[in-house]
Amino acid sequence: MNAIYILWLRQLKRYFRSKARIFGSLAQPLLFLVALGFGFGPIFQKAGGGNYIEFLAPGIIAMGILFTALFSGIEIIWDKQFGFLKETLVAPVSRLQVMIGRTVGGATVAIMQGVIVFVLAYAIGFRPANAAYLPLALIFMFLIALLFTALGTAIASVLDDMQGFQFIMNFLVMPTFFLSGALFPLRGLPKIIEGVARVDPLSYGVDGLRGALGVGFQFGLSADLLVLGVAVAILLVLGSYLFSKIQI
Amino acid sequence: MAGEDKKDLVIEISDLIKKFGDFMAVNSITLGISKGDIFAFLGPNGAGKTTTIKMLTTLLHPTSGNIKVAGFDPVSNPSDVRHSFGIVFQDPSLDDELTAYENMEFHGVLYGVPGVIRKARIEQLMKFVELWDRKDDLVKHFSGGMKRRLEIARGLIHHPKVLFLDEPTLGLDPQTKNHIWSYIQKLNKEEGMSIFFTTHNMEEADKIAGNVAIIDNGKIVARGTPQELKAKTNSSSLEDAFLALTGKQIREESAGAAEGMRMTRRLWRR
Repeated sequence: MNAIYILWLRQLKRYFRSKARIFGSLAQPLLFLVALGFGFGPIFQKAGGGNYIEFLAPGIIAMGILFTALFSGIEIIWDKQFGFLKETLVAPVSRLQVMIGRTVGGATVAIMQGVIVFVLAYAIGFRPANAAYLPLALIFMFLIALLFTALGTAIASVLDDMQGFQFIMNFLVMPTFFLSGALFPLRGLPKIIEGVARVDPLSYGVDGLRGALGVGFQFGLSADLLVLGVAVAILLVLGSYLFSKIQI
Repeated sequence: MAGEDKKDLVIEISDLIKKFGDFMAVNSITLGISKGDIFAFLGPNGAGKTTTIKMLTTLLHPTSGNIKVAGFDPVSNPSDVRHSFGIVFQDPSLDDELTAYENMEFHGVLYGVPGVIRKARIEQLMKFVELWDRKDDLVKHFSGGMKRRLEIARGLIHHPKVLFLDEPTLGLDPQTKNHIWSYIQKLNKEEGMSIFFTTHNMEEADKIAGNVAIIDNGKIVARGTPQELKAKTNSSSLEDAFLALTGKQIREESAGAAEGMRMTRRLWRR
């Protein structure tokens, strides 16, 4: 338990110390909120979609969590290259504990990033419909964070250097984000796009957040929780397995 | 190995082989190290020293052969093995974004050293390597020698049955080396801690080690006390004995991507 705690604490310390990273990774969500939110707002309104900022903000919060969480997981590659991973791998602590500590640490950091994006969205005019549902939003943030930290861990366990990072960003992370319904409603879409969106676990995270923050669910609360929960469980098992197989 | 009782061995290696593709990094070595020994594992660059240590310390799986560390098999029982040893790695293994104290604390907690002892030992060791006044500085601001001292101090927070030291004194000045070795010898004597170390400094091996093995191209080429090896090769120093046994050709060491990056980083940071 102490081992998990100290690993979690390390992730937090690293996060709070890299101010450049915190601010740097806020620029993108802010740009999306402002440019897309105000840019497409009038059209969205005219098309009968309602207030676009209200619709968009949960998607951008999910984006902030997605990127931070995935990067926290991927950080294992840096630890591999800079040698620190060895220190944790030879310690008398099971790899499962190491993986849990890191993943929960990474997820915590990602949730903080999500909360900061929420505050930014609030500052430019986003208002959640009902404050009573905020805890539910936090649960969805936690699930999204856990899901993608575990995914990052799984990826980082099998890669030896950052050369594949660009590939992962372009072929996995970006499609996961853009096809999740974070930016547009998943209604009346071409079959293929809708099909992809349906298997994208982030779609359910975005939908859950949107429901909790007031726009309304599309898939339904229980469907969102179920799909996300199952995806989290699968990736945690996969991540733990791959992490336990690391040889340096 | 004649005359060594298996029960008194802290490390047993038999027919150990590690292949990376076609390359035989470790080519069927058999070796026993007695409890309480200070054992030096010597060899030119790329001979297989670090690979052997990685297999002993559960970081790499052998291609074939058997190993026991403190009676446990690192492949089938990594957890018990990890409870038995401590290690100071050859290449950097500190977290640059944490302070010196946090690195020590992290290690102590991971190794389950109880709070009171942990605090006392961290303070004692950091004073010992003269880093106590820098304890709250981020490690990234440390020089190469300071990082090395911190890594050694960190490796001594818990007191394992076997301590692996992979080129521990590389880059340290003679005073610090001396200082650190006398501490380790004291641990060896007082706590019966077995020491397994590698070095390229033959004088150091001669002075410190009770037993020595020389590995070259993945094979053990000689084994004995430093005196025995000198006598065997008619050499006056262990360095001459080493050269007589391994030849004078300079070895090439292959470097993977991570290795290359570490090298670059070392050039910049150390």
